[in-house]
Amino acid sequence: MKKNLRPLLPIALFAGLIVFFIIGLQKDPSRIDSPLIGKPAPAFALEALDNPAVQVGSGDLAGRPWLLNVWATWCGGCRQEHTTLLEIAREGRVPMMGLNWRDDRSLALQWLVKLGNPYVSVAYDPEGRTAIDWGVYGAPETFLIGADGKVLHKQIGIMTAEIWRRDFLPLLAAQGGGP
Amino acid sequence: MIPEIGHFALVMALLFAMVQSFFGLAGAARGQAAWMGAGRSAVTGQFVFVAIAFAALAWSFIQKDFSVLYVATNSNSELPVFFRFAAVWGAHEGSLLLWALCLAGWSLAVTALSSSLQVRFRSRVIGILGLISIGFMLFMLTTSNPFDRLVPAALEGKDLNPLLQDFALTIHPPILYLGYVGFSVAFAFGCATLLEGRLDSAWARWTRPWTLAAWLFLTVGIALGSWWAYYELGWGGWWFWDPVENASFMPWLAGTALIHSLAVTEKRGLFKSWTLLLAVSAFSLSLLGTFLVRSGVLVSVHAFATDPARGLFILAFLTVVIGGALALYAWRAPQLKSNAGFELAARESFVLFNNAFLVAALCLILLGTLYPLFMDAMELGKVSVGPPYFNMVFLVPMVPLLLLLGIGMHAVWKKSRLQPVRSRLLGIAAAGFAIAVIAGAAVYGEIRPMATIGFTLALWVMGSSLMIPLARLRAGQAVPGAVLGMAIAHFGVGVVTLGITGVQSFKIEEDVALAVGDTATIGGYDFRLAALRDARGPNYVAVEADVVISKDGAEITTLRPQKRLYNSGGNPMTEAGIQVGPGRDLFAALGEDLGQGRWSLRLQYKPLIRYIWLGALLIALGGGIAGLDRRYRRATAAAPGLERAAAEVTR
Repeated sequence: MKKNLRPLLPIALFAGLIVFFIIGLQKDPSRIDSPLIGKPAPAFALEALDNPAVQVGSGDLAGRPWLLNVWATWCGGCRQEHTTLLEIAREGRVPMMGLNWRDDRSLALQWLVKLGNPYVSVAYDPEGRTAIDWGVYGAPETFLIGADGKVLHKQIGIMTAEIWRRDFLPLLAAQGGGP
Repeated sequence: MIPEIGHFALVMALLFAMVQSFFGLAGAARGQAAWMGAGRSAVTGQFVFVAIAFAALAWSFIQKDFSVLYVATNSNSELPVFFRFAAVWGAHEGSLLLWALCLAGWSLAVTALSSSLQVRFRSRVIGILGLISIGFMLFMLTTSNPFDRLVPAALEGKDLNPLLQDFALTIHPPILYLGYVGFSVAFAFGCATLLEGRLDSAWARWTRPWTLAAWLFLTVGIALGSWWAYYELGWGGWWFWDPVENASFMPWLAGTALIHSLAVTEKRGLFKSWTLLLAVSAFSLSLLGTFLVRSGVLVSVHAFATDPARGLFILAFLTVVIGGALALYAWRAPQLKSNAGFELAARESFVLFNNAFLVAALCLILLGTLYPLFMDAMELGKVSVGPPYFNMVFLVPMVPLLLLLGIGMHAVWKKSRLQPVRSRLLGIAAAGFAIAVIAGAAVYGEIRPMATIGFTLALWVMGSSLMIPLARLRAGQAVPGAVLGMAIAHFGVGVVTLGITGVQSFKIEEDVALAVGDTATIGGYDFRLAALRDARGPNYVAVEADVVISKDGAEITTLRPQKRLYNSGGNPMTEAGIQVGPGRDLFAALGEDLGQGRWSLRLQYKPLIRYIWLGALLIALGGGIAGLDRRYRRATAAAPGLERAAAEVTR
C-alpha cells in the first residue's frame, strides 16, 4: 500500500464495519431463521453418540412429527432446559432426536447418564457440519419437523414448559397430535 | 416528584454538556479565553446535574417507587436495600446513567487536574469530552429514559434479575464502566492533539497516568466479572468468550498496547501516529462494545428485549464519534513524523512486538465476535464461533508475547544491550523450565506439554519481573514508582499465566448423581452428600446441600451449595459451594432434583484458579503504582524538563 494512503486504512475498515452493522440491525432478531421454516428439513446421517458404528439420520423418524434438539455439555442453557426436555419425553407426544454439537463424546454420554436421556437417539456432530446446514445459531435450539418432513418451528434458546405449550403444542395438534 | 427532578436534571446536564463542548472547542479555535473558561465551568455543572439525576433514580429505588417503569421492572419490595441501590445499574437505562455519571466524573477530574496544560489544548480536551456526553444524554432522553412513569403504578416490582443479586456483580459494573469511560480521556487527548496537528512527549506523559487509571479500573472490572461468573453461574468456568466479555476484553487489549506504546512515544518520540491510533481505538472499542451489547445486534437471542431505535441511535453515535476521530486521524497523522532510529534488540523493538501481538489478538477476537454478524449480513447462513476458536487465536500471540516480555523489560532504549543480563535471564528460563517439569510431575503426577510450556512461561515472566526491583535494591538504589509498578504488573501477568495453565491443564470436572449418603471421588477428594435441607433467604427459598469433603479419610470442609428459587419467579439460581485453597479450589454446585432423593451435582477440582484473579489484581496494582509515579505529578508546562525526566528514568 502506498504510504500516503495508510492513514486512511482505519477509517475505511470502520466504514465497512458500519455497513455491516446497518445490515445487521435490519434483521429482526426474533425471526432469526425463518428461511428454514416451511422448507424440507436438511438431511443428515451421522454417527450415533453412543455407538460410532450406528448411523442416526434425519430419515429415522420420517413420516411423523419429530423434534430435533441441539445441545452440548458446554452449553449452560442446555442444562437449564434439560428438565423440560425430560418432561416432554415423558409426555411421549412426539419423539425427540438429539444433535450433540461440537462436543466431546465421553462428556456427552456422561451427561446423559447423569442427567437422564430424553432422546430416542442422538446424532454426534463434533465439527458442527450438520448444525450449519440447519442454521444453528447457538445451543440450545429445538426444531419441530412435520410428518411431511418440513420444518414447522424453531425455538432458539432454552425450552420452557411455557414455550412448549404456547409454540409447539398447537403446531403438533394441527399435525394430528402424535400418538 | 423526585423522578421528575431526575428527568429535569438530565435535561440540564445535556444543556451543560452542549455549553461545555461548544465553548470548549470554539473557544480554543478562536482563542477566546472567556469562552474557554465557560466551557470549563460547564463541566462542573454537567457533573452536578448528572449526579442529581443519578441520586433521584437511586432514591426512587430505595423508596420503592413502582410508579417509575424502570424501578418497577428492576426491583421488588422484598429486595434488600443494598441490592435496591445497586439495581440502579441493573438494566439498560440505569447502566447508561451510570455511564454518563462516570463520564462526567472523569471530565471533572481532568478539568481539575489539568491546570498546567496549555490552555487551548485543555479546552479542546474538555470540548471533546462534552461531545461524548451529549451523545449519551441524548441517547438516554430520546430512547432510554430511566425516569419514564408507569401508569397506573405497579403494586409490586418485577424484581432485579436474581443473577445480579450478588455483591461482586453490584460493584462490577461501576468499576468496569470507570474503565470503559476512562479511555475517553485518552481519546479526547488524542483528538485534541490531532486537531492541533503536533505531538510532543509532554502529550504522552500527560496521557499516560489517565490511561493507566482507566486501564486499572478495567482490569479490576474484568477480573470481578470473571470471578462472579465462576461462583454464580454454577459452571465453574471463569471465562466464556461470550460477546459481552469480549466487549470488555477488546478495549483492555487496546489499552494495554496503548500504555506500552505511550512509553515509547514519551521517552523516544517514536510511534506517534500509532499511539494516537491506539488512543482513539481503545475508547472506540469501548463504544463498540456498548453498541454490541446494547443494540442486540449480536446477542439477539440471549439479550433482553431490544429496540431497533436504540441500535440505530448508537450506530449513528458511533459513526460520528469514531468516524470523526478516524477522519481526523487520516487527515493529521501524516504530519506526525517520528525520525529516531533504534537497534534490533532495543526496548523499542520489544514494545513494537508487544503491540503487534496484542493487536493481533485483539483483531482475531474482534473477528470472531463479529464473524456471525458478517456471515448473517451476507446471507451466508448462521455460524457460531465458540471457545475453541478464541482459545486458539488468543494462545498463539500470547506465547511469544510472554516469551519476549521477560526479555523486553531488561532491554534499554535505542541500543541493543542485553549482554549484561543474558546469563541471568538464561538462568531464570532454565530454572523456570526445571521447576515446571518437576513441580508438574510432583504435584499433578504427570507432565503435559502445554502445561509445561504454560508453567515455564509463567515462572519465566515472574522471575524476570522480580529481577529488576531486586537488582536495584541490591545496588542500594531507590526503585521509582514507574519501575516498581511495571515489575509488579508484569509479575501479575506471570501469576495469571500460572493460574490459567493450572486450571486449564489439570482441572477435573464431573457431573454426578448422588443421594444423601452417597460419595463421589474426584482428584483424590471424596465428596459426600451428607444432607439436603430447605433454606430461606430474604427474598428466596432454596434447597441447600451439605457436601462433606475429605481426603484420605481426613475431613477437610463442608460445602453448602444452594439452588435458589426467588419469590419473584424465574429460573432457579445456583449458588455454588466453594472451598478456597492456595493450591486449588474445591467446587460443588447443585444441579437438578432427579427424583427418588437423588440430585445431580457438579463437582470440580480447580487447581490454581485463584491465581487468575490474584494476578489480575497485581496487574491493576502495578498500573496504579506506575500511574502515581512522581514525575507525572510534576508541573509539565516546560518542554525542556522532559529531557531531564527522560534521562532520569532511562535505565
